[in-house]
Amino acid sequence: MLDFILNILATPAMLVGLLAMVGLILQKKPVEDVIKGTIKTIVGFLVLSAGAGVIQTESLNAFGELFNWTFNMTGTVPNNEAIVAMALTKFGLDTSYIMVIGLILNIVLARFSKMHFIFLTGHHSLYMACMLAVLLGPLGGLSGFTLWLAGGCLLAFISAFSPWFLHSSMEKIVETDELGFGHFGGFGYWVAAQCGKLFKGGKSTEDLDFPQRLTFLRDTTVSIGITMVVFFLVVTAVAVAKGILQQDPGQFSNLAELMGAGDTKTHWAVWAIKRGLNFAGAVYIILSGVRLIVGELVPAFKGIAEKLVPGAVPAIDCPVVFPYAPNAVLIGFLVSFLGGVVGLIVLIMLNNAGLGLALILPGVVPHFFCGASAGVFGNAEGGIKGCVLGSFVHGLIITFLPALCMPVFDALDKGSTFSDADFSWMALLFGNLAKVVKGIPLLCICVVVFVLPMVLSGFKNGQEEK
Amino acid sequence: MAKIRKIMCCCGSGLGSSLMVQMNIEKALKNLGIEGVEADHTSLSEINVRSADLFVVGKDIAPRIKDYPRVVVLNKIMSMKELTEKLEQAFAIEGDEIHIAR
Repeated sequence: MLDFILNILATPAMLVGLLAMVGLILQKKPVEDVIKGTIKTIVGFLVLSAGAGVIQTESLNAFGELFNWTFNMTGTVPNNEAIVAMALTKFGLDTSYIMVIGLILNIVLARFSKMHFIFLTGHHSLYMACMLAVLLGPLGGLSGFTLWLAGGCLLAFISAFSPWFLHSSMEKIVETDELGFGHFGGFGYWVAAQCGKLFKGGKSTEDLDFPQRLTFLRDTTVSIGITMVVFFLVVTAVAVAKGILQQDPGQFSNLAELMGAGDTKTHWAVWAIKRGLNFAGAVYIILSGVRLIVGELVPAFKGIAEKLVPGAVPAIDCPVVFPYAPNAVLIGFLVSFLGGVVGLIVLIMLNNAGLGLALILPGVVPHFFCGASAGVFGNAEGGIKGCVLGSFVHGLIITFLPALCMPVFDALDKGSTFSDADFSWMALLFGNLAKVVKGIPLLCICVVVFVLPMVLSGFKNGQEEK
Repeated sequence: MAKIRKIMCCCGSGLGSSLMVQMNIEKALKNLGIEGVEADHTSLSEINVRSADLFVVGKDIAPRIKDYPRVVVLNKIMSMKELTEKLEQAFAIEGDEIHIAR
């Protein structure tokens, strides 16, 4: 019996299912809802793992090998879903525990510090927990409970800190102080807002008549499909021009189909389009899995947090600000993407100068969601000019920061990486810290990072009197 | 057209804001005393006109489902007041065409 329980606690999918079950019971849901929710959560985790397999074998492995042969550099596609799904195969258990402890400690932080935010963007909590597991585990030499506690402390910290430093600009956008912004691209939006402040009182983007047709790119399957097909076509075309098809197929472990090894014969362009869309298909699978997990955990978390912390402010995923400035959304995306392209060119030049940085390819998804948010924040502070400058700088940030982060992710596949700005600065800061300070001292630092905001706030969240 | 038995919310990747709206809908229905209605959320990639009897989305998503027969559009996506008023209107109509945007 003990074996059985321990085994459940050591199987990520079952563990997450168990948590969902506890959450549902705490919400006093009827039995059928508890059964439904528990099963959906476990299935979600399994679906997510299946997506990880598809993304590696059907797309990223081939892309990495092809890119490397063609340009003699590492090409990285920043995509949270891809990197997390792949990382979870190794770090699933640590991620689950860090996430639970992080959510609980987030409630503590919201209760006893001025950062009174409850972070409700469950998929970002999951991704951040996963990243912390990777950084504090292999790099920082923590494992088991110490790893989970250290990761939980940092997850709780960023969950309350990110909405907190965005809040003054967030209030201007939504015109209420009862709504927080919960998205781990926070640093990028904060910079965009500061850029906006340079142009105080400028004409708003919403006074423009801007065509809305590009909104179709919000459909992630479409936007990922387009980007990855373009990436694959360009790299494959250059590779073919360089004569890859005349090479010995034996030297490539992931390109058999392209090379026409065995009895397969595929035109290179068809191959490239198919592999590009394979990536979109894999992300579709992963997102379905994440949706099943998050859809059960977040309502429970919200219910518990609302009971325990009077006056806590919910921090909500980025599209919450999109209806307030639809033009800024599109301008922000386009300009951020442009920033990403400029950043890529600079990275190529730095690489040629011998700096050996990974090339961060501009993914439409981070530039759409994060760039759009940066545009809205820039516009709220400084109108059109603020929107344009803010989202351009944001585009540069989410290109250079991930490139600088690559060395702390040695434990992970190089084909993809975390895309949004808070992941990057947390990884730079705590990843490099974990390289120097290891074990229990590292744990102590993480605990201090968690406790300090409460000490500075005098253990009050400032919401009690409301 | 049938009674409203299922309400679907939708956002870009179907993870965050649509789930928030779903939870708000569940709360609003409870406050309105409406029972036996299920709420769910999905992504723009998967949304389907047959997947629910009523769709609730933010103003920014509305153009993407403008051909759907029963749509409630939210200007302030997290406003309980706006949501509750618009749901009350929708349930008062329950006809083949529901378009509540303003």
